[in-house]
Amino acid sequence: MQDIVCTFCGSVCDDGEYDLKKKSVKKFCKLGSSKFAEKERIKAPMIDGKEVSYEEAIDKAVEILVNAKRPLLYGWASTANEAIRLGVILAEKLGGVYDQCASVCHAPGTLATIEEGIPGGTLGSVKNRADVVVFWGSNPMEAHPRHGMRYSISAKGLLVKDRKQRKVIVVDVRPTKTAKIADIFIQIKPGYDYAIFSALRAIISGNADAVPSEVGGVAKEKLIELADIMKNAKYGAILYGLGVTQSRGRDRNVENAIKLVQLLNRTTRWIIWPMRGHYNVVGAGEVPAWEVGYQYAIDFSRGYPRFSPAEFSAVEVLKRRDCDAALIVASDPVAHFPRIAVQHLKRIPVIQIDPYPNMTTLVAKIVIPSAVYGIEAEGTAYRMDCIPLRLKKIIETNYWTDEKILEEMLRRVEKFKG
Amino acid sequence: MLWIKNGIVVDPKNKINLEKMDIFVKNGKIVPESEIKKGDCRVIDASGKLVVAGGVDMHAHIAGGKINTGRTMRPEEMRVVRNIAGKFRASVGRVLLTAPAIGYEYAKMGYTTSFEAATPPVSSLHTHEELDSIPMIDKAALPVFGNWHLVFKCIEEKNIEKLKALLAWAIERSKGFGVKVVNPGGVEAWMYGGNVKNLDDQVPGFGVTPREIITWLIRANEGLGLPHSVHLHCNNLGVPGNYQTTIESIKLAKGFKNEKRQVLHVTHVQFNAYSGSSWRDFGSGAAEIAKVVNSMDNVTIDMGQPIFGHATAMTGDAPFQFTLHKLLGARWSNKDTEVETGAGIVPIGYLPNNPVHAVQWAIGLELGLLTESDKVALTTDYPNGGPFTEYPYIMAMLMSKKMREGELKKVHQYVQKATNLPSIDVEKTLYEVIHMTRSLPARILGLENKGHLGIGADADIAIYNLNPLETDFSNEFEKVYKAFKVAEFTIKGGEVIVRNGELLKEVYGRTFWVDARKKVDLEVVMQDVKNYFQYYSLQLSNYGVEERWLKKPERLEVV
Repeated sequence: MQDIVCTFCGSVCDDGEYDLKKKSVKKFCKLGSSKFAEKERIKAPMIDGKEVSYEEAIDKAVEILVNAKRPLLYGWASTANEAIRLGVILAEKLGGVYDQCASVCHAPGTLATIEEGIPGGTLGSVKNRADVVVFWGSNPMEAHPRHGMRYSISAKGLLVKDRKQRKVIVVDVRPTKTAKIADIFIQIKPGYDYAIFSALRAIISGNADAVPSEVGGVAKEKLIELADIMKNAKYGAILYGLGVTQSRGRDRNVENAIKLVQLLNRTTRWIIWPMRGHYNVVGAGEVPAWEVGYQYAIDFSRGYPRFSPAEFSAVEVLKRRDCDAALIVASDPVAHFPRIAVQHLKRIPVIQIDPYPNMTTLVAKIVIPSAVYGIEAEGTAYRMDCIPLRLKKIIETNYWTDEKILEEMLRRVEKFKG
Repeated sequence: MLWIKNGIVVDPKNKINLEKMDIFVKNGKIVPESEIKKGDCRVIDASGKLVVAGGVDMHAHIAGGKINTGRTMRPEEMRVVRNIAGKFRASVGRVLLTAPAIGYEYAKMGYTTSFEAATPPVSSLHTHEELDSIPMIDKAALPVFGNWHLVFKCIEEKNIEKLKALLAWAIERSKGFGVKVVNPGGVEAWMYGGNVKNLDDQVPGFGVTPREIITWLIRANEGLGLPHSVHLHCNNLGVPGNYQTTIESIKLAKGFKNEKRQVLHVTHVQFNAYSGSSWRDFGSGAAEIAKVVNSMDNVTIDMGQPIFGHATAMTGDAPFQFTLHKLLGARWSNKDTEVETGAGIVPIGYLPNNPVHAVQWAIGLELGLLTESDKVALTTDYPNGGPFTEYPYIMAMLMSKKMREGELKKVHQYVQKATNLPSIDVEKTLYEVIHMTRSLPARILGLENKGHLGIGADADIAIYNLNPLETDFSNEFEKVYKAFKVAEFTIKGGEVIVRNGELLKEVYGRTFWVDARKKVDLEVVMQDVKNYFQYYSLQLSNYGVEERWLKKPERLEVV
């Protein structure tokens, strides 16, 4: 099969060739190919480690969820929009909390968007127009291996025809793989992103006098040089990663970067965009935004949605021991959350829906295996730049899809709640 | 089956004005009395009440990337709780509403159809996902074409068959309804930090001008015989003095003819009806525009009426949004979209004591009052001008000079000098206002079964607790406003979904899309499309929306 859509990272490459006989995929990177290779799966639905039918597992899961005072519904970044939508509605009906992986990842970018908006563009704009690309705290050569080739580094575009016509700059705290192939690498001291954005804004707005001789480990001359490249770009793009959102300053870093882009647009064109991780983490935010008004950290205990990241993001809820059951879909919080949050997950009944076993499986009371989107199931996902792509079903499976499992849960919950 | 008894019916398409009559409904359609068994009917006693077709909103931003970025950017908009989760979905939103809230609020007001006014073709799957999440109403989306490289190429080559084939292909791929054009050429110029300023400016990188883009798209649209005409957001939106560009653009329709409808619809004209040369001598060009529209028989417009209070500017007109961001110092989102189009989003508020806003408010009303009622539809360009939930305010204002006099006292008095509103004596009749909110937008869109109560029409019906025979529309404007705010009954496809403003039943409407592929030979353009797809960031085979992915699609085939 041609033009297979990859369900690994936020690049969502859509040009794979799947060999049905070999059960393998061509053209994708190592990360993508590994997803399409055969892997260990959860064999059957389980309650307390004992294999049961889907119906039994779902009945028990619903019993736990409707009897919980405030269930947490978390995950969603590696499933399709159809399932996410049902998850949001389920959280609403249950009076629970909906949160998604962005809250431990790119959510500071959402907070910055609330402060300043997001002057952005699709990856096709970068490919065709961007003569300067700055990877700031992001490392696509390792995290999004085909990003550079398809969209941002060596991509052949309409106005920028090849790698030679594009200047690639990496700003990071260490020399990454991406830094090695960049035209310019600027190594900064950890936690100084904010100060450097401020220095660039000062230089570009004609206030270079205010900038000290060195900012965040970067000499003023080098910053002036960077500012000049930025000002002289015809169309520039800052593609930022977790280095910006998860270091000192967090959302304020992104906000400052956005202000820099606002300023640059007064004389030329620039866009800024986050390098999102999971293949549909964008959908995990967009779907609740249209269904209930917010992207993440949403509490429904009052019967209507409330957004408060410091209260209702999963880690905060768990730290406060403020949920008494959890439904984890397509995610592995046990592996990634702080220990104090994981401790509470061990205390409460956890229901997991996932194609693959992971650390969370070990603490889950109920485990419901599901089909893999893009291989065994069809659905919609949003690439990191919000471009919607339809995930394909390539092979048959007996596993239920997340959508079907959640649909059955919702049907039963609606019956309980009347 | 339904029997709506003794209502006072206003149905402009069928020339029915304030007649006491019965309406019968079977299988979601309006049928003659002979087709129903009265004994089996649910009877609704509409004695002394106004019975009209469900409202049709022909231009609103209700689904897709723009409104959703607006929601993300503005959580403060989501603090107004409209419905607590229970039998119905939780629904929230002040002006920007969640998808469930959009459906519920339209239905409560007696509206049953709404069209998303702009979707980038490449993102139309997202737009459709949101449309599918809006309950209660029928809907559709208009893909945008005015800045698409492939469109420019067909026009450069002066190849009408190619352009027609491209439109037919793209409308099918996006499951769209028609041809939307936003600031033709200007959004492409924005990719270089510029804009176009008049109809003869060359688009950077292409040998085409806005004049050619508009004219050729009208030609292609008419050649295909699409249900709806070209739907144009003019160049120079939001710029003082722009009314002249608008008039020039309107005149481009000369020489085209269509028996059934206009050949050009110019949208949210309020934003394009400014005289003056700066914000200091800013004034109204509405009278001049209305004069031109009235003198032509193939152009329609909609108002784009601002409502005082909160709003969010969101358009495909990316360079305008950046200008607005600089002007207001407000948050700004932008989306340059492949080689197709762009968009921008900026929060805004309309303040009565701000001279510019007061003039904008007056211009919208001037357009509504001075343009013949058969040529101007009622819109707020939701959420650009404000909420659609204030349509009843506009309806009441158009029908009452006294109400306008009262409102004029509350706004900045610069309107006295800069607009004609204070001296306009026109009071539209109820018949005209029902036309402007039902039968006219339905006709403009080419929806034969919408906006009227004739035999065969969709049974989308609104009943208002207002006896039009005993109402003095000039003086009892408060009563009129209140009556239209909350429908006593809203009937969608023959089902009662709202009673006295309370939701009764959740239904999901259809999504209309237009298939004009039979009118063209797609092969004439597919090689160009294939070649051009090297500049996309996705594969051609992954571009577009299949019908089976949608909840309730309805294909309208053009033959």
